[in-house]
Amino acid sequence: MALTLLRGMRTPIVARRDAGLFFTTLQTPLSRFTTRAESAHATEPKAAPKSIQLATKEAAEQKTQGFEAVIGIETHVQLSTVTKAFCSCPYSYGSQPNSTVCPTCMGHPGTLPVLNTKVVECAVKLGLALNCEITMTSKFDRKQYFYPDLPKGYQISQFDIPIAKEGYLDLDLPVEFGGGHRRFGVTRVHMEEDAGKLLHSESGSYSQVDLNRAGVPLLEIVSEPDMRTGIEAAEYGAELQRLVRYLGVSNGNMQEGSLRCDVNVSVRPIGQSKFGTKVEIKNMNSFSAISRAIDYEISRQILLHKEGQADQIVQETRLWDESSQKTFTMRKKEGLADYRYFPEPDLPEVVLTSEYIDEIQKSMPELPEAKRRRYENMGLSMQDVLFLANDDNVARFFDSTLEHGADAKLAANWIMGDIAAYLKNEKLSIDEIKLTPLELSELIASIKNGTISGKIGKEILIELIAKGGTVKSVIEEKDLVQIADPAAIEAMVDQVLADNPKQLEQYRSGKTKLQGFFAGQVMKASKGKANPVLLNKILGEKLKANS
Amino acid sequence: MPPPLQAQRLLLSHRRLPSSHRRRFTAVSSLPSAPAKTVAAGQAPSSILSIRESLLSGERTAAEITADYLSRLRRTEPSVRSFIHVADAAAEREAEELDRRIATEGQDAVGPLAGVLVGVKDNLCTANMPSTGGSRILDGYRPAYDATAVRRLREAGAIVVGKTNLDEFGMGSTTEGSGFQVTTNPWDDSRVPGGSSGGSASAVSARQCVVSLGSDTGGSVRQPASFCGVVGLKPTYGRVSRFGLMAYASSLDVVGCFGSSVVDTATILSVIAGHDKMDSTSSSHDVSDYKSELVPLDLLESKPLNGMRIGIIQETLGEGVETGVISSIKDAASHLEQLGSVVEEVSLPSFSLGLPAYYILALSEASSNLSRYDGIVYRYGRQVSASDLNELYGGSRANGLGHEVKMRILMGTYALSAGYYDAYYKRAQQVRTLVKESFKEALERYDILVSPAAPSAAYKIGEKINDPLAMYAGDIMTVNVNLAGLPALVVPCGFVEGGSTGLPVGLQMIGSPFSEGNLLRLGHIFEQTLQNYSFVPPLLAES
Repeated sequence: MALTLLRGMRTPIVARRDAGLFFTTLQTPLSRFTTRAESAHATEPKAAPKSIQLATKEAAEQKTQGFEAVIGIETHVQLSTVTKAFCSCPYSYGSQPNSTVCPTCMGHPGTLPVLNTKVVECAVKLGLALNCEITMTSKFDRKQYFYPDLPKGYQISQFDIPIAKEGYLDLDLPVEFGGGHRRFGVTRVHMEEDAGKLLHSESGSYSQVDLNRAGVPLLEIVSEPDMRTGIEAAEYGAELQRLVRYLGVSNGNMQEGSLRCDVNVSVRPIGQSKFGTKVEIKNMNSFSAISRAIDYEISRQILLHKEGQADQIVQETRLWDESSQKTFTMRKKEGLADYRYFPEPDLPEVVLTSEYIDEIQKSMPELPEAKRRRYENMGLSMQDVLFLANDDNVARFFDSTLEHGADAKLAANWIMGDIAAYLKNEKLSIDEIKLTPLELSELIASIKNGTISGKIGKEILIELIAKGGTVKSVIEEKDLVQIADPAAIEAMVDQVLADNPKQLEQYRSGKTKLQGFFAGQVMKASKGKANPVLLNKILGEKLKANS
Repeated sequence: MPPPLQAQRLLLSHRRLPSSHRRRFTAVSSLPSAPAKTVAAGQAPSSILSIRESLLSGERTAAEITADYLSRLRRTEPSVRSFIHVADAAAEREAEELDRRIATEGQDAVGPLAGVLVGVKDNLCTANMPSTGGSRILDGYRPAYDATAVRRLREAGAIVVGKTNLDEFGMGSTTEGSGFQVTTNPWDDSRVPGGSSGGSASAVSARQCVVSLGSDTGGSVRQPASFCGVVGLKPTYGRVSRFGLMAYASSLDVVGCFGSSVVDTATILSVIAGHDKMDSTSSSHDVSDYKSELVPLDLLESKPLNGMRIGIIQETLGEGVETGVISSIKDAASHLEQLGSVVEEVSLPSFSLGLPAYYILALSEASSNLSRYDGIVYRYGRQVSASDLNELYGGSRANGLGHEVKMRILMGTYALSAGYYDAYYKRAQQVRTLVKESFKEALERYDILVSPAAPSAAYKIGEKINDPLAMYAGDIMTVNVNLAGLPALVVPCGFVEGGSTGLPVGLQMIGSPFSEGNLLRLGHIFEQTLQNYSFVPPLLAES
C-alpha cells in the first residue's frame, strides 16, 4: 500500500537564516486528483516506494542485528472551524499576509481570548474516534516562550489536564509491507492555538511576521512510543489523517501544514527495557518522508551503536532533508525547555456534560477501522479492504453501490479495476465522475442476468463515467442487448460457416483451433452482442455435426 | 414612623475644621434636629445629578460645565499632574455636540451621563487616544478599540477628558512608578496620591473630572481613594468586563471607579457593570440600578442600619497600622453602631497569609501578561535595533520597562519556573482558597466586614521608593479582598494629622460576591450621616 505514502510528496525548501533555520513549503497547487490517481496505481514501480521498501527491508535487517527502534509521534492537526480558536477572525490558507487578524489574535493590550466552542466539539469527536477517555472538566494553560510569531509571548494550550487521554488507534498495515493489524496507544489529545509565520527576506537581513495563522485552533495528538518501523509510523499518520477527514474536523492537508508530524526516534538493544536517547525529527511533509526519515534515523543510530559510539546519539532536533534523504542536526537541546506553564486565568474551565458527549457520539460517522472490519467480513481481500475503506469518497461510492443491491466482490472489482484506471488517466477523484453508484449496480446486474456481456459492460462503463446517463438508455441507444436467441445465433453460425469454406476445410482436416476464428467471426457479425456461451455451444455442435 | 434623619449642617467651606475643634462623632440620635431644607443633599452631593439637573433645566450647557472642569484642571494640573494625556479639545468638541443634540433633538436624545467628564486610568484602552499603561514601552500606542467599561460610559453620554497617571501597568502603590510623571496628592503636594490608580483618585479629589475609572488588582482603587479622600469601588471579580484593561494579574484584576460621592460611584457602576461577550470571565449576574436603591438622607430612619451585622476585621487594627488610622476606623465603627448596626470584632486567621500569596500569584501572572511587550514593532510599542532576536527582546524590554516592572517580571518568572512552581504558585493558590473560605465564613456571620483601606494615610513622595517591601506591606488591607474576588467600597471616614489640614482616611467595607448594592447603600448612609468632615482638598479652597 504505497498509496498513502505517495500522497503528498513534495520537496521542501530549506532556508538558512542567521538566527536559525526556518522551514517553509512550496505552495504547490497540489490537487487531490493527482494523489488519488497515484493511489490507484500503487503497484506501478516508482522511485519512492522502491526506496521505502528498501529502507524498510534495511530496517528489518537491522532489527535482526539485535536492535529495535522505539518511535513516538506528536501530531498537530489544524481544525477547519469557520473562525479562530479565541477570536472571530476567519482563516484560510494562502490569504494575503496579515489580512485575517484582529487585536485579539495580534495580542494587543487588553484583549482577551473567548473560546470558540466548535474547537471543543472537534476535540471531543477526535477523542472519541481515538477511543480516549474524555475529561469532563479540563482547562487551558499558558505555555510561555518568546518568538516573533507568538504575539502574546505565550501559547494558549492544555498542560496537565488534556481534554482527552489514554486512547488508541487501530490500523492495518499495507499488504506490500507484510500486512498485519496494529494498535498504537494514544497518550493524549489537547486543544491549543497555532502561532503565526515568519517570512524571511531574500537577503536574510530582515524577516516579516504574518499573523494570519496565529490563533487558529489545533489539536495535538501525542502517541505512545508504540511504533517500531518507519512504515508503522507513516501508517499511524495516514490513519490519523483519514480519521480527521472522516470526522470533518480538518482537511488534514500536509502541504498546507494542516497536519504536521514530529517524530521521536530512539533505538535500544533488543531485550533492554530502558529507552535509548531519543532524537526528534521535523520537516517531513508527506507520510513517505516520515517513513524514510525514520528508517534513515534508525540506521544512523544503530550504526553508531554498533561502532561503539552510542554516546554520539544526543537529545536533539534533527531535520529531514529530502534532497539528500538524510537527517541533519537542527539544534541540540540545552537541558529541558521551561515553558513555565500555569492555568490560563482569562478562560473558564471547560466543563462537559455526558449529554453533550452522547450527542457527539451519536453524530459520529462510521470510522475507517469499523469500515475495514465490515468489508473484511464481506469476504474481501485485505488489498481490497484497504483500497476501499481508506478513502472516504471511495468507501461512500462502494457502500452506495452495495445499497443498490450489487455484489460486494463484483463492485470491488469494478471500482478497483476499470474505474480506478479511468480516474488515474483522467486525474479525477471518484466523486467527480458522472457514473453513479446506482448505475454501477445496474451495470453489474445487467451482466449477471445476461442482458449484456462483460465486454459490452466495460464499454458502457466508460460511456457512463464520461457522459453519465443510465445503463438502460445506453444499451437501448446503442442497441447493445445481448443476442441470446439460439435460432438467431444458429443462423449467424451457418452464415459464417458458409462464408468461409476454406477454413471449414482446414478445420475438418484437423485444425480444430480454428473454432476460435469462427467464434470471432460470429461475434463480429453480431456486433459483439451474441451471448458467448450460447455461441460457442451452437458453433461446437455445428462443427461437430459437419465433420 | 421615626423622624427622618438629617445632616447636622452642610459644610460650605472647603476647609476641614481644625483638628483640635473636630468633634468625635457622637450618637446620631443626640444630634440637634433643626435642619434647613436646603441641606437635603447631605454631606457629599452628587455631581452627576447636579450636572444632569442643570443640563435638563437649561441652566447650564454641557460646554459651560466642561469649561468649568477644564479650567480647574488647567489650574490644578501643574501641581497635581493626574493626567498623562488631556483630551481637552476633544472634550470641548463633544460637549458642544451634546448641546447641539439637546437643542435639536431634545433632552431625551442624550444619555444618562451626558456632560459628565470622566478620567480614565491609562491602562484602560481608549480608541484613538494614547493608552500607555504608564509604560514607556507603549509610548505612542493608540488602540483601535475602547475598553468595554469606557465604551459603556461613552454610550451613556460621558466625555473622556483624559488618561490618568498610574504606576506602570498598575504595579505600585504610589504612582511614583509611572514611566512618565509623578502625581501628587491634592491634600498635600509633597505626598503620594496612592496607587496604582493614583491619577484617577487625585483627579476626582481635585475635581478635575466628575468621576474616573481605575483598576484594582491588590488595592489599586481603594488605597488611593483612601489617600485622596474620595469614594472608591472595587467591584466583585467579573462584575465589570476586563476587555481593554491591560492585564496585570488576570485572575485578580477588576475595573473600578472613583467618585466624590457614593451616588456618583453607584451611577457609574450601573453603567459599566454586566456581562461582556469579549470577556469570558465577566459575570452574567444581574446588574441593578444601584443609584435608585440608595435611600435619600431625608427618608432615612433614625436607625437605618437596624438589624445589620458588621464585622470589624481584628487583624487590620493591630501592629503596623497607624494609630490615627485605627482611631478613625474605630470612630467610623461607632458611627455605624449609632446608626443601629451591631459591630463586632471578627478574626480572619488567614489574613496575614494573603500578602505573600498575593504577590506570588500577581507577579506570576504579570510575568506572563507582560510578555507581549516584546518590542516586535510590527505590533506596537518601542523597539531597539538589534542584530539578533535575544538582543531585540532584551534591549526593547530593558529600555521600555521600568525598574519595578522588571523586578516583578523576574520574581513572577522565578515563581513559575520548573522546580519552584509547587513551592510558590501552587502553594499560593492553596492559600488563596483558605482566604476565600475564611471570608466566606465571616460573611455568613456578618453582612459586611470593615477595615482600614490602608495602614496609613498618604505618605511622602520618595518615602518608600527604595523600600519595596514596605510598600508591598502597605497592601495588607486590600489584597485579601482580591484573592477572594469580593467587592469592597472605600468611603472617606476621617482624618489623621499631616499636611496643612490633615490627611484623609478611608473606611473599607467588604461584602459577599455581587453585593455591591448593599455596600453602596451602607456607604451612602455612612457618608450622608458623617458629620463635621469635608473631603474637598485644600488645593481647591486655596483658589
